[in-house]
Amino acid sequence: MELTALLLSRLQFAFTISFHIIFPSFSIGVAAWLIVLEALYLATGRPAYRQVFEFWLRIFGVIFGLGVVTGVVMAFEFGTNWSELSRRTGEIQGVLISYETFTAFALEASFFGILVFGRSRVRPWFYLFSTAMVSLGTSLSAFWIMANNSWMQVPLGYAIENGSYVPADWAAIIFSPVLWVRFPHMLIASYLTGAFCVAATGAWYLLREEFTAEGQIMLRMGLYLATVLVPLQLFFGHLTGDYVHRYQPVKFAAIEGRWHDEQPASEVLFGFPDATSETNHYAISVPILGSLIGSLSFDSKEVGLTDFPPRDRPPVLIPFLSFRIMVGCGLVLLALAWVGSYLSLRRRLECNRLLLWATFFSFPLPFIAILTGWFTAEVGRQPWTVYGVLRTSEAVTPFLTVCAALVSLLLFCSLYFFLFAFGTYYVHRLLRVGPVGRLVRPPIDALPIRPMSVSVVTPRPVNLGGQP
Amino acid sequence: MILYWVFVLAAATLLYVLLDGFDLGVGILFGLTGDEARRRAMLGAVAPVWDGNETWLVVTGVVLWGAFPLVYATLLSAFYLPIFAMLAGLILRGVAFEFRYKTQRLRWMWDAGFAGGSLVAAFIQGMTVGALVEGLPVADGRYVGGTFGWLSPFAILCGLGLCLGYMLLGACWLVRKCDGDVRDDAYRLIPRLSIGLMLFLIVVFAYALIDHLAILRRWFERPYLFVFPAIGVAASILLAKSVRRRRDTPPFYMVATIFAAAFGTLAISFWPYMIPFSITVNQAASGHASLAFMFWGEGIFVFPLMLLYTAISFRVFRGKATSEPVHY
Repeated sequence: MELTALLLSRLQFAFTISFHIIFPSFSIGVAAWLIVLEALYLATGRPAYRQVFEFWLRIFGVIFGLGVVTGVVMAFEFGTNWSELSRRTGEIQGVLISYETFTAFALEASFFGILVFGRSRVRPWFYLFSTAMVSLGTSLSAFWIMANNSWMQVPLGYAIENGSYVPADWAAIIFSPVLWVRFPHMLIASYLTGAFCVAATGAWYLLREEFTAEGQIMLRMGLYLATVLVPLQLFFGHLTGDYVHRYQPVKFAAIEGRWHDEQPASEVLFGFPDATSETNHYAISVPILGSLIGSLSFDSKEVGLTDFPPRDRPPVLIPFLSFRIMVGCGLVLLALAWVGSYLSLRRRLECNRLLLWATFFSFPLPFIAILTGWFTAEVGRQPWTVYGVLRTSEAVTPFLTVCAALVSLLLFCSLYFFLFAFGTYYVHRLLRVGPVGRLVRPPIDALPIRPMSVSVVTPRPVNLGGQP
Repeated sequence: MILYWVFVLAAATLLYVLLDGFDLGVGILFGLTGDEARRRAMLGAVAPVWDGNETWLVVTGVVLWGAFPLVYATLLSAFYLPIFAMLAGLILRGVAFEFRYKTQRLRWMWDAGFAGGSLVAAFIQGMTVGALVEGLPVADGRYVGGTFGWLSPFAILCGLGLCLGYMLLGACWLVRKCDGDVRDDAYRLIPRLSIGLMLFLIVVFAYALIDHLAILRRWFERPYLFVFPAIGVAASILLAKSVRRRRDTPPFYMVATIFAAAFGTLAISFWPYMIPFSITVNQAASGHASLAFMFWGEGIFVFPLMLLYTAISFRVFRGKATSEPVHY
């Protein structure tokens, strides 16, 4: 593959946005988890809930901070690498993204301050309200981002004036049926991320036999929540597939690995798509299932990739594989949540070390599912940046040189890996210290708009058993 | 509607320059001392507010994209490498606030990131303004200068100038927020930095005269522009007075006034252009549907709220930073 500024820009955007999405999806989940904990604490007055709350508030601080820092880059990258896109669609995309920044700042930053400082200064119900507002802020941020991305997937409510795309109907953009399927899909994915990270942390403490009260709360609540949410997520995933089927048939064919029209269509479970021979190698397929999944019928005709000229087809391998990885992660999580909840109801969960270990090791799965889901959506949209309207090759900054693009890509790769290494170490240390010690008391000079300042912990003076 | 968004953009940019200006300045000054106690005091003076300050950069960026997409697309793509260098600098200095206290052995690394990141960010912002003043090569609404089209001796000069300016602003902030050694050092630096800045302005002016920069013509067309330098001179005199009397609070406001005057001078000499002298405000502005949609939500409600919130934050942390950060 030839190294072009276009390819490098795509790699760079993919890398920086993949790195970024890890943090907001985690923080949306943790923010929602904080509401539940605070509500339970208010209702029952059990101090353990309070301990767990304070503990996750510290984690939230770090994750939220990293999300903000990496998000800043995204706000500029549209202009640097995709100047033709940002010039032509700014009146729609720029407006949506600006709403993201403004709402995020208004809700998250201001109410986060109360979470950090306010416990003693406001009434308990208002503290709970502030927790809810932070969570609402993170969700609204996600909403605007999804509005922007859904418009790129299925552009609605626009008109073309002098080569630019201008809003013709904001209601059509904001109430796009595609957005209202994809936004819940992303939101639930974030909640599941939160749920499994919480459950995994709980399992870890139980395995290490420390903070067992807190660990049990985390493990059970995480698994119970997932028990309800994973099926719901599969349902919204199905709806998301429906919109792809309706609006982006070529992407759907790529995800299915279906090269030719079929009636009734079979479903390729596994295989290795090969674009040069236009077939799948080592394919295992189930007859008729493809029609059932695509159109809920036993004999529908499903379109294949060869119906479209090669220049309009997305790369097949990445959407095909990443979709299967995403679904696979989802199914593993479903099994884990159901088995775990069943054992928990039977009061046999805490002594089942196998399941505790499985839960502990499950924490990367939601992240992998989110990333591969996004790979499916975004790579599947190619060769378009705005589907059916603006090609990626026309969206890139026309005069960007390979050299400049390479420099920025390498700079950010090294910078992010560097930060990731230290950030992970930092969160790990917070988890190691555990939900003990002083409650979050902000340093005198910490400020709400500086989220990471709460994450500071004093290392425990004594070694509390559990060696790493 | 267009004017409202010009106002929001100008306000956000000026706020960014003033607010992040002082903490970037402190970051550069931080690199000049090796003394741990001084360094902690300096960090303590900006730690509570730097994050909020940088938010204004993002606000500037997204308002530019939503309300003036043509300028957003042209500027960011033209300054490709500098933008990424600046972002990397800002990220490095941002994380240094937290990470330097996590380690003894590697502290030098975060400290270098903090000072270096601040320096790079400040230099690039100045250089960008310099390149804009000189005029970017733009044809048919698109930048045509190539990867290094913005690079010129004048732009570099402006980059250095802004570093000096931010250092002055930072020194005045330290005088206001700190006691003891840091305050004394800052007081010693302020006259030197002021003289340096003065020299810089003279050189810039001479360069502009010799090079016949188009922007100079504006000054003859619009004599009222001289109000701004006059304000600047008045503020400088007051600055000198308050520094001589060792009064801690006024210097920062005086330097801020000088910055605001310089900002006003530039803004009005650019008007009605946003990228002089090729793209005007009206050419760049989004249509009414977009501007109105932004106005009725973020414009009329959230923006005033953000101003209020910024004011409250600074009020909460007014006065001397009495203690060092307690979190290590």
